[in-house]
Amino acid sequence: MFLRLVYESFRRQKRRKLLAGTAITLGVSVATAMIAVATDIGDKVNRELRTFGANLVVTPQEDTLDLQIAGVDLKPPSDGAYLNESDLPRIRGMFWHNNIVGFAPALPVAVELGGGKSVTLLGTYFSKHLTFGKEEFQPGVRSIYPWWKVDGAWPQDDSQDILLGEKLAAGLGRKAGDEIDIRGQAHRVTGVLSTGGAEDDQIVASLAVAQGIVGRAGAVRRLYVSAVTKPEDAFARRDPRSLRGPEFDRWYCSPYVQSIAYQLQEVIPHSHAEQIRQVAQNEGTVLARIKGLMLMITLAALLAAALAVSAAMATALFERRGEVGLMRALGAGRASVAAIFFAEALLLAVLGGSVGFAGGAMLARVIGRSIFDSQITVEVVLFPIVIGIALLVSFAGSALAIRRAVQFDPVYALRGEA
Amino acid sequence: MSSRVGPVLGARRARTPRRSMFLRMLVRAAMLRRGRAAAALLAMVVAAAVTTAMLNLYVDAQAKLHNELRNYGANIVVAAKEGQSLSSETLQKVQSALGERGMAVPFAYVVARTADGQAVVVSGTDLNQVRKLNRWWSVTAWPSHEGDALIGARAAALVAPQGQAFDLSFQGRIVHLSSAGTVRTGSSEDSRIYLSLEEFVRWTGVKPSTVEIAASGSPEEVNATIRQLEEALPEAEIRPVRQIMEGEAWVLGKTQSTLLVCVLLIILTAALCVLSTLMGWVFDRRRDFAVMKALGASERLIGGFFMTEAAALGATGAIFGFAIGVAIAAWIGRATFHTPVVPRFAVLPEVLGGSMAVALMAAILPMWLLRRVQPATILRGE
Repeated sequence: MFLRLVYESFRRQKRRKLLAGTAITLGVSVATAMIAVATDIGDKVNRELRTFGANLVVTPQEDTLDLQIAGVDLKPPSDGAYLNESDLPRIRGMFWHNNIVGFAPALPVAVELGGGKSVTLLGTYFSKHLTFGKEEFQPGVRSIYPWWKVDGAWPQDDSQDILLGEKLAAGLGRKAGDEIDIRGQAHRVTGVLSTGGAEDDQIVASLAVAQGIVGRAGAVRRLYVSAVTKPEDAFARRDPRSLRGPEFDRWYCSPYVQSIAYQLQEVIPHSHAEQIRQVAQNEGTVLARIKGLMLMITLAALLAAALAVSAAMATALFERRGEVGLMRALGAGRASVAAIFFAEALLLAVLGGSVGFAGGAMLARVIGRSIFDSQITVEVVLFPIVIGIALLVSFAGSALAIRRAVQFDPVYALRGEA
Repeated sequence: MSSRVGPVLGARRARTPRRSMFLRMLVRAAMLRRGRAAAALLAMVVAAAVTTAMLNLYVDAQAKLHNELRNYGANIVVAAKEGQSLSSETLQKVQSALGERGMAVPFAYVVARTADGQAVVVSGTDLNQVRKLNRWWSVTAWPSHEGDALIGARAAALVAPQGQAFDLSFQGRIVHLSSAGTVRTGSSEDSRIYLSLEEFVRWTGVKPSTVEIAASGSPEEVNATIRQLEEALPEAEIRPVRQIMEGEAWVLGKTQSTLLVCVLLIILTAALCVLSTLMGWVFDRRRDFAVMKALGASERLIGGFFMTEAAALGATGAIFGFAIGVAIAAWIGRATFHTPVVPRFAVLPEVLGGSMAVALMAAILPMWLLRRVQPATILRGE
C-alpha cells in the first residue's frame, strides 16, 4: 500500500513532481558546477599566472657579478662561468617535470654593428625540439614569455635567422626580410620583436648563433624556468639541509618554488637555482585571494540552491493538504503519512540530484573549456556528497510543511479551510 | 455604520470606495495568511540579498584584484634618451602627471670599482619608495643611516662577505660605505649595490636616468596615464612594462569571466527560488480569486490586485535584501581582501527592478493558468 501510494502520487501528479524535480535538478546542477569550479580554480589560475613569465633562474655556481644596466649587458663574454647546454634536456627527468611549463636558456653577447655601435645579441631557444629518453618537448621563449610579439615570423632554432628588437630596428631603419651583417656573416631578419623590456634594444637569435659568436659550443649563461608551484609557506622556507628523513621527503615532494629550485640544481651540474621573487612571491597572494573569493561565492551558490530546493519542496507539499486530510480521515497515523511524503522527497532528491549532477558536470566542463581552454573534471567522489546535500535540503524543506500538514485537523483540511 | 458618517466623509467614500477596498484587501490578505506571506517575503529577501552581495562583489573584486596585482611592481618605465639623464624638473612633472594614481621611483646607475678592481653596478634611489614599490624584495635590514648601503646578495659575497665597511671608487672619487643589509630578488638586483639618491649624487654627480612607475587602475586607466606622461614629457621615453601589464590583463580577464558566470548562475537560482515560492503562494489563493470573480470582479481588477500585491512584496523584499546583501558583501570583502567592500547604491535600481519583475512574473503565470477555470469548480475544491 505504501509503495503504491508513492507510485501513484508520482504517476498522477506529474506537473507538481516535475516542478519540484526541476528545482532540485537546477539547484544540484549549480551546486555541482560551482564546487567543481571552486576546487579547480586554484590549479587553473596558477597556470594562468605563468603568463607573468619565468619564476626561476639557474646560473652557474661560480659566476661573477652581472653588469647589467637598463638591459645592456656590460660583462665581457670571457668573464664568468657557463652552464652546459647538453644538461638542459635532463630537466624533463626531474621529479616535478610535469610542473615545468617551459624553460629558455639565455646567452647574451655584445656585438658590433656598423658604425661602432655595440648591441647585445641574446641567444636562446625559440621553440626548440628536444628529446629526453622517449619524450619529446619544445621549450623556448614562445611558451614562457607569452607577451613577446613578433611582427613577421619567428626564426627556426636551427637557422641563422634573427629577430630585431623594436627600438633597435627603428634606430637602424631595418624591417622584417632585410639582411644584417654580424661579425662578417649575413643574417636574415625574419621579424621585429616587441617585448616592452630590454629585448626591444637587442638582437635575439638562436642559441647556436650566439655560441658561434662567443666561440664556445654548448655554453649557456643563464636558464629561465617557468614552473607551476605551490604557494610558499613556513615549511617551504626551511633549509633542506636541516630536514631529516620523512620531513625532507615531504619537502622534496611538494612543488614549492624552493624544492623545484633544489631539484634543478640536482639535474644541472655546478648550477645555482634561485626564485625570481618578483614573479614567484606574488603568485601566492593573488592565488589566495582568488581562491578565497571563489570559496565565498560557492557558499553563496550553495545557499541559494538549498533555498530554491527547500522552497519548491515546501510549496509542493502545501498544495496537498487535502490529500493529507483524506488519509488522516481514513485512519492513517501521523507517522505513516509523514513517511509517505519523506519517501517522495527521497525519490525526488535522488532522481533530481542524479540528473542535476550530470548537468552540473557538463556545465563545469563548458565553463572550463570556454574560459580556461582546459577541462574541469568533476570528481566522482562528489556524487554521494551532492546527493547527500540534495537529500538533506529537500527533507529540511519538506519537514516543516509535513509537520504542519499532519497536525492540521482533517475536517478543516477536507473542507478546504486551510 | 455608514449612516452615522457626515455628508462630507460619505461623499469622499462614495468617490473612492474602490480604492479603500482595494487597499484593505491587500493588507488583510497579508495579515490573515501571515505564515505564507512571511515565507514568500523571506524568499524574496534572501534572493535580493544574495543578488546584491554578488553584484557588489563582482564590481568590487575587479578593483581589489587590480590593487593586489600592483604588488608585481612597476608597470611603466620612464627612461632618459640614450646617454642623458632626467632633470629634477622631469621628476616633478612625472609626479604631478601621476597625482594620486600611483607612485614613481627614480633610479640612477653607474659602474663603480671595488678596492680590488672588481666592477660592480651601483644604483642610487629613494629607498623608502622602493620598499613600497617592490614588496617582493627580501631584505635583511633597510639602510637607515648616512653612509649605509643595501647590497645585493651576490654582490655582498664579493664586497662585504662579513658585513664590514668597504670602499667604492667612481672616476677617481672614493666613497666609504657600511653595509646595512642584503637584498635578494633572484634577478639583476642581486649583483647591485643600492644607495640613497642624495648620497649617490653627492658621490658620482650622476642624475637618475630611469623612473619606475606603479600606476594603479584598470588597463584603460593605465594606458591613459601613459598617454598623459607622453604629453608631459616629450624629452623622455615612456615604456609600458608589457610583462606586467599583459599578465595582469590576462589573469584578471580569466578571473572575471569565471566570476561573471558564477554570479549569473547564483542570481538565476535565486530568481527561480522566488518564482516557485511566489507562484505557490498565488496558486494557493485560487479560492480568493474565485470568490472575487463570483462576486462580479472584472479580470482586470483581479489581475491588478494580484499584481499590486506581488509588486509590493517584490519591492519590500528588495529593500530589506539590499541592506542585508551590502552587509554580506562587506563581510566577504573583509574576509578575502582584508578591506571592506564599499556599498554600491548603483545596483539598487537593478535589484529592485529585477525583484519586482520576478514577482510580477510569479503572479501572472498562475493567473494565466486559472483564467479559463470556472469559479464554481475552484470553490468546490476540485
